[in-house]
Amino acid sequence: MTAEAAFQRSVSGLGDRVLGGVEGFGEFVLLAARTFRAALRPRFPWHATLQQFEVIAVRSLPIVALTALFTGMVLALQTAFALSRFGAKPYVGSIVGLAIVRELGPVLAALMVGGRVGAGITSELGSMTVTEQVDAIRAMGADPVQKLVLPRVLAATIGLPMLTALAIVLGVFGGGVIADLEYSIAPSFYLQTVTTTVTIGDFFAGVSKTFFFGWIIAMVGCSVGLSTTGGTEGVGRATTRTVVVASISVLVSDFFLTKLLLLLPSEELLARLPGLFS
Amino acid sequence: MTAPEAPQWAVEFREVCKGFRGVPVLRGVNLRIRPGETFTILGGSGSGKSVCLKHMIGLLRADSGEVLVEGRDVTRLPENGWVSVRRDFGMVFQGAALFDSLNVYENVAYPLREHLDWEEDRIRERVGYSLEAVGLAGAQPMLPSELSGGMRKRVGVARAIALEPRIILYDEPTTGLDPSNSRRIGELIRTLQERLRVTSVVVTHEMELCFAISDRVALLRDGVVAVEGTAEEMRRSEHPEMRAFVEGSFDPAPSVAGSSPLEGGAHGG
Repeated sequence: MTAEAAFQRSVSGLGDRVLGGVEGFGEFVLLAARTFRAALRPRFPWHATLQQFEVIAVRSLPIVALTALFTGMVLALQTAFALSRFGAKPYVGSIVGLAIVRELGPVLAALMVGGRVGAGITSELGSMTVTEQVDAIRAMGADPVQKLVLPRVLAATIGLPMLTALAIVLGVFGGGVIADLEYSIAPSFYLQTVTTTVTIGDFFAGVSKTFFFGWIIAMVGCSVGLSTTGGTEGVGRATTRTVVVASISVLVSDFFLTKLLLLLPSEELLARLPGLFS
Repeated sequence: MTAPEAPQWAVEFREVCKGFRGVPVLRGVNLRIRPGETFTILGGSGSGKSVCLKHMIGLLRADSGEVLVEGRDVTRLPENGWVSVRRDFGMVFQGAALFDSLNVYENVAYPLREHLDWEEDRIRERVGYSLEAVGLAGAQPMLPSELSGGMRKRVGVARAIALEPRIILYDEPTTGLDPSNSRRIGELIRTLQERLRVTSVVVTHEMELCFAISDRVALLRDGVVAVEGTAEEMRRSEHPEMRAFVEGSFDPAPSVAGSSPLEGGAHGG
């Protein structure tokens, strides 16, 4: 009897969670559509967008820079160590360059920004929601999507690719420092191995994904924030949820975006262009 | 009855029903609020009185029934259609809902900037006038975090009257205030009503405030209007629930059979 009740409860609990997830996804899609429409309306919130660009992109610079630098450094350590088994140690620049430009720069920048910015957006909009500030915006005849969501989404969509470009440069630089100090690979040779391997096409393939990452991080942050219930405790729960959902969205969509970009002929065309730095 | 709807009522509810996640909160509310009167919706927590108020300004949509504002059916109005309706409303939120990131001046100026294309001088003048009306002249540069609870409420009122609305909605205007501040807010509601000739709709569970300011009162219970009448009628009402409220023995949590399942819930009040 009790086992049966427990089973029933767990099944209905699972059902509730599935329904909650579907509902959350539905809210996300609706909000995304409304955000898009808000962008086309008059009275574009330029000022707020600029303000958010500062909060989202500029203030993420240190954390993204630090992450990229150390990732490049550890990657150089690991690859040089592994390549020395084949006597290919001098080519550490090729592997570090490709890995950072195509994959690690974009994804790590997105994950760091996803944690910092996604959580920030949700806690701010969540607090505004539970204290009825969002209702107050509506009551005064304004649109919270245009006032709050659009500036954040736009700032993140534009800001993350810029941060990624910086992350790529710093990651490659970090790898070069370690190649020089630990493995005595001359910086000029390191740079040469990077530029002969990495093409402008690789760079675009890496950076272009981050437009989507920036968009989804801010959209998740806003969507979860605006549907916050349950007071300050609810804000905490919502913030955690955003970090989890945004990170998973970045990692999963990264796979599919990469696969998609590899299928596009433009990738091949770009790949035939001369090397990035040569 | 009357075919073309004359704006005989400032706000009218016809059999309005609303539920949250399958839990009914309003089960057929009928209300008729006259232009220029102060109408109080009384009820315990979870009785759905704040939910009622939010239907008047389109923050919530009725599941069924009709909501009319000045004779106009707004029940199925899309969000952008509400903008012009809300121009005539001011709403004072329970926790004041001031924007934390903006100072008092910008908070009060917000609805003016949204709805009107005014010069800054004119906005400044109106903000000053609104703040003066609530006894907070000179508070413009302060941030909401620097204000006391009573002051925040009054800034909320100043923001609500900035556009000189025809209808002002007050959601629990005295909750969380000490008695002297409560009395002050009550006097303010009355003064504004007399000075601006607005329709005021007040949601509260406080008897004293209710009888101090109201022309007419409706007692909400279990999602329907249980009793309705003038303040004097209500004070003398023999209705058991009204008596319980008047005598202060009212249990805020519903106690009768078929009680509201949303007691203390997120949408209560």
